[in-house]
Amino acid sequence: MMIREEMEIISHERIAEDTYRMVLLGDLPAEIKQPGQFVHILIDQSDSLRRPISIADADPAKGTLTILYKILGKGTAALSKMQSGDHLDVLGPGGNGFLIDSISAERALLVGGGIGVPPLYYLARQLKEKGIEVTTVLGFQHEASVFFEEEFRELGEVFVTTNDGSYGNKGFVTDILPDLDGRFDTYFSCGPAVMLKAVSEKLDGYEGYLSIEERLGCGVGACFACVVQAPEGDAKGYRKICHDGPVFRTGEVIL
Amino acid sequence: MTKLNLSLPGLDLKNPIMPASGCFGFGKEFSEFYDLSELGAIIIKAATGETRYGNPTPRVAETSAGMLNAIGLQNPGVDRIISDELPYLSNYDTPVIANVAGSTVEEYVEVAEKISQSSTIKALELNISCPNVKEGGVQFGTDAALAAEVTRQVKQASEVPVYVKLSPNVTDIVGMAKAVEKAGADGLSMINTLTGMRLDLQRRKPIIANQTGGLSGPAIKPIAIRMIYQVYQEVDLPIIGMGGIETVDDIIEFLFAGASAVAVGSANFKNPFICKELIDQFPEAMERYGFDQVEEMIGGAHR
Ligand SMILES: Cc1cc2nc3c(=O)[nH]c(=O)nc-3n(C[C@H](O)[C@H](O)[C@H](O)COP(=O)(O)OP(=O)(O)OC[C@H]3O[C@@H](n4cnc5c(N)ncnc54)[C@H](O)[C@@H]3O)c2cc1C
Ligand SMILES: Cc1cc2nc3c(=O)[nH]c(=O)nc-3n(C[C@H](O)[C@H](O)[C@H](O)COP(=O)(O)O)c2cc1C
Ligand code: FES
Repeated sequence: MMIREEMEIISHERIAEDTYRMVLLGDLPAEIKQPGQFVHILIDQSDSLRRPISIADADPAKGTLTILYKILGKGTAALSKMQSGDHLDVLGPGGNGFLIDSISAERALLVGGGIGVPPLYYLARQLKEKGIEVTTVLGFQHEASVFFEEEFRELGEVFVTTNDGSYGNKGFVTDILPDLDGRFDTYFSCGPAVMLKAVSEKLDGYEGYLSIEERLGCGVGACFACVVQAPEGDAKGYRKICHDGPVFRTGEVIL
Repeated sequence: MTKLNLSLPGLDLKNPIMPASGCFGFGKEFSEFYDLSELGAIIIKAATGETRYGNPTPRVAETSAGMLNAIGLQNPGVDRIISDELPYLSNYDTPVIANVAGSTVEEYVEVAEKISQSSTIKALELNISCPNVKEGGVQFGTDAALAAEVTRQVKQASEVPVYVKLSPNVTDIVGMAKAVEKAGADGLSMINTLTGMRLDLQRRKPIIANQTGGLSGPAIKPIAIRMIYQVYQEVDLPIIGMGGIETVDDIIEFLFAGASAVAVGSANFKNPFICKELIDQFPEAMERYGFDQVEEMIGGAHR
């Protein structure tokens, strides 16, 4: 169930260029159903809209959850100024994540781009716990924006690409994918829309799950701000990212 | 004992506070947060004759003290609203108001006729003020003769009272209100959103894919208050007031200006519990201003 609470910030640190990790404490983590869900944060009481941020990790027993975010505009800039001990107005957990209980994967490939990487970490941990082999491809702009490479390496093999070649392989995540053919049966991806489209085209034929971003209004499924079209012939014709997603099976929605 | 209840055409309200159309879906999502029976009423998302998929995304943008939206009346169409959405709402002990939209007078009439036959629907809110669709919607809301015509025909087709939702995108709000009063409206609902735009400075293009969007939130409250104040003086119809309500003091301001009841829109996005919280806080706020009956507060600024 979604709840709204004032969560306490128990740690907050910069982990890469404009990128921060924040750990929050409260009752909300006990409500998390799957990796890939998000929290909807009211950063300043004078804001009109909340900001959706993926749950990057959680420890329901301890009541903690981790978010990783990148400064993009006004809201995330204000968030980066908050300190341990401060409280944050959080609504969540929202949406449907990666349905790992109903997935029959044995070897998983995770493909994350930039600030799309966070939800894949919690996913990777849970896949690993289920005995599923995890290979990860992470794409960043340049060396200074790389984060969580080590964390993923503890869970399996990791390939890093940077657009300018300043770290890891030069190029895009899709450049690595041909080398990994035959090393996975199911893939999971989160990142910018163009990347998701390229990844799903390259990996056509594999079972795949994509986490999609859009500007949200309510974040609870009531306002139709976040819809994405479903392919022709679908009974409903659309999906709500905040409520039906943000994770969809490839082909369920039009990218 | 404070008396929160009041009667308006078609509506027995436990209290004067309800969610606004388009900001509460068909209620289901919010029933996870609190018991919908606590609400004065529920105004559901706009219904059109056929399924509409609405505008491309992005459909929302934040602004100073408000937001823009251009959803484009996305809805499953009146038949599926009646078969799939209304049965759930009939489980709650609160009157439901259907928001009726269309591109032509015929479409408005078709929707009004069908949905007003449902026993769950106690009144219609005639949406002649949606700024986000290419045809219909706001053109009916900015031309007094068209507004009167659609009101007259919908009134004839409807089994329940009709509240006409006025657009603030006009120079003469009183003229519009008088025109629909004369055409037989049972009440007014005001205001809908104001047409606005925001640009993305990197792309040098509008943030919203539809380019323009409807502005809502605290930024439009002074406009809503002014319009309700002016209309209350000239027109003899009950008004459901809305536009930027976030606090109980905002509600009292609307009642004093001339609203009989109020609707809360965008604030539900910031705080999904807002309607329930306002209802809980309202009796104490009434007492603070020396009232024990909602009815006594209506039009308080005019005496
Ligand atoms: C399901 C989901 C999960 C997300 N997870 C993460 C995450 O884990 N880490 C992270 O850094 N970012 C994540 N994002 C993107 C994040 O929501 C935006 O970066 C953030 O809202 C920007 O807010 P701002 O105030 O800094 O930017 P502004 O541009 O000032 O924001 C203005 C408005 O636009 C919205 N907005 C702007 N860009 C985006 C965007 N890319 N996606 C959605 N809304 C946007 C904001 O929420 C706000 O309402 C996620 C988005 C979604 C939909
Ligand atoms: C996302 C969104 C969708 C809306 N959809 C409708 C609608 O379908 N029909 C309608 O009459 N008004 C619609 N409105 C207008 C609201 O009902 C209300 O009149 C307006 O937002 C002003 O109130 P507020 O400032 O409290 O939001 C919508 C508003 C928003 C923000
Ligand atoms: S953001 Fe409101 S329905 Fe998804």
